[in-house]
Amino acid sequence: MIEIDAITKQYDGVAVVDNVSMVIEPRTITVVVGTSGSGKTTLLRMINRLVEASSGAIRLDGEDNRSIAGYELRRRIGYAIQGHGLFPHRTVAQNIATVPSLLGWERRRIDLKVAELLTLFQLEPEVYGPRYPHELSGGQQQRVGVARALAAEPNVLLMDEPFGALDPIIRAKAQEDLLAIQKHFGTTIVLVTHDMNEAFHLANKIAVMDQGKVVQYGPPAELVQMPATSFVETLIGDAERPFRLLSISTAGTAAEPGEASGEPIREDRTQQEALADLLWSGRRALPVVSVTGTPMGRVTLDALLKRAARPL
Amino acid sequence: MGRTLPSVRLFDRVGGRGGLRIRLDKLGIVIALLAAYGGLGASFAVSKPNRIVQGQAKPILDALPSWAAWALMALLFVAAVAALLRTAAWIKLLAAAATLLALALAMGLAGHFLTPPGNTYARVSPASGFWILLLAFALLAADAITRLKPPPWMRVLFLILAAAGVGGLLVSGSWDGLSMMKEYAGRADVFWVEAGKHVTLALGSLVAAVAIGLPLGILCHRVEPLRASVLNTLNLIQTIPSIALFGILIAPLGWIAVTVPGAAALGIRGIGAAPAFVALFLYSLLPVVANTVIGLSGVPKDAVDAARGIGMTNRQRLLKIEFPLALPVILTGIRIVLVQNIGLATIAALIGGGGFGVFVFQGIGQTAMDLVLLGAVPTVALSFAAAVILDALIELNSRAVNGARSA
Repeated sequence: MIEIDAITKQYDGVAVVDNVSMVIEPRTITVVVGTSGSGKTTLLRMINRLVEASSGAIRLDGEDNRSIAGYELRRRIGYAIQGHGLFPHRTVAQNIATVPSLLGWERRRIDLKVAELLTLFQLEPEVYGPRYPHELSGGQQQRVGVARALAAEPNVLLMDEPFGALDPIIRAKAQEDLLAIQKHFGTTIVLVTHDMNEAFHLANKIAVMDQGKVVQYGPPAELVQMPATSFVETLIGDAERPFRLLSISTAGTAAEPGEASGEPIREDRTQQEALADLLWSGRRALPVVSVTGTPMGRVTLDALLKRAARPL
Repeated sequence: MGRTLPSVRLFDRVGGRGGLRIRLDKLGIVIALLAAYGGLGASFAVSKPNRIVQGQAKPILDALPSWAAWALMALLFVAAVAALLRTAAWIKLLAAAATLLALALAMGLAGHFLTPPGNTYARVSPASGFWILLLAFALLAADAITRLKPPPWMRVLFLILAAAGVGGLLVSGSWDGLSMMKEYAGRADVFWVEAGKHVTLALGSLVAAVAIGLPLGILCHRVEPLRASVLNTLNLIQTIPSIALFGILIAPLGWIAVTVPGAAALGIRGIGAAPAFVALFLYSLLPVVANTVIGLSGVPKDAVDAARGIGMTNRQRLLKIEFPLALPVILTGIRIVLVQNIGLATIAALIGGGGFGVFVFQGIGQTAMDLVLLGAVPTVALSFAAAVILDALIELNSRAVNGARSA
């Protein structure tokens, strides 16, 4: 759990982060969104004390983050940034091994960890371990950057626009990977982005920042249904609202008993995808199947339209 | 399919031009012209009755026994043709190496051939033609080596081979008939003492400059307000002419020698090696500090941010990330300093600092050009060797770094 308590950062008397308080639940993904200059990166960097707060406190599992030296704190917290920040003169394996080496792990344990992470990120350890970062594609570099952040098995992972430099297709893949990794390790992730689609896709909770303040902090559905300020409304976008609502629930939750013909949809796809399928194929209902392929009923166009409508 | 035929024929007509189309190498034309002038137009050796009078210039045909003269001419012709045509780089290198060796041997032969038997006053020295030929084929060798793109260790190997070749010629006595070696023979002891002083001055001031300049550069990188003032001050020092700097240093060093106990015993005086050392040190600071600052600021920002973000201490970040990534640029600064110092150390002789400059200034004083050469040639050779070795080091270090940066 990360407790952010009335944290403020001022530069020359101007508050970049202004009296922000929020609690981040363990094992969740919290996405901080906002325009550039909203203070979201500064807020993130105060958690691992890359930026020292002017006032207020941040507690990790109840412990004040100023109770140990900054570098020791940062070794316990994963950190991944846009453009990966890999060390160009070190191999992929050496890059991933950085924090475990700093912590003085045994050689064998480090090697095992590096191999485990590379495998997890679908990079063959024997092939990619000895390569240098410039010999990898952008998507592979990004994966190595995240693997390096996770190498010392941190409870908390901070990510600053980690997918900002990737093309749309690789970015979608990277987001799927991140969700899988988060499930696998149960890491608490705080991610900063300005991409609302990314926020809605990844977040358990979204914090919207505007001019140094958190103007709304809650589950994605709440942001759509009850935007706290006009800024939140603008950020979400009038034309996108119904689709954002559909994008955060799965087809499975909209399933009802009944029959339908044609190509089925898997229960873990979003309702937005189900709607697209219905519209594109000109059907009124779709069969829903479980991940293993057993029929779970159907999802109808009418039901989706109701779900996409403004809540009363 | 039928349409390809005319185009092929057209190509033949353009490319063939009567079946004889010679493709010339641009640099080869320059080398061939130089070789033609050096071999035919200019004189090969100068023969003098004694070391200071005006000598008599001799072309190749007069300077060598006729068999050797014609053999050398033939070799020069073949090598010039190899340079002129677009031959493979290794052929050019072979031609250049063979010609350079032949020139060195021929010069030695000329020394013995032109000296009347039993005459110890007569002097034979290389003339303009020899130097032009040397330049032309050294150029050919350098060009060929560049084209072969040898790995760093191979370039050092070439250097060792060349040094071994020159060493072999010196030991064999083939050059003993030449005036420069006669000057050496009379001063063998002094030569090595001065050589030691020269290297100590150049290397010592470099080590001192790195020891001070590297931390200063790191400080300038970290403390931005300091950067401009430090670099400007060092720039200013760089503009002071060396002789003026020696003059400026006489007073403070003299004062130190008198007032600080033990300073005089360490050899600190207003003139001599101390001011020379201090001057070389001061000149060395700018390249070391400037390149350290440039190298460190060239380190990718996100790598530095990541290094902090994953928990490296300031020291670890400097030693493990910033310094290795800046090393090629810092080494370039050290290369500049070393080559510059080996040359500048010659001036130290003016204020009694010793070094190869002693022979240069003695030679100028006595109008004995051979003595000047005895000081100048080893200086040039040392600079050249230092440049080759450091270039190889820089390349070794920049491989991983630059490959990554360009990606």
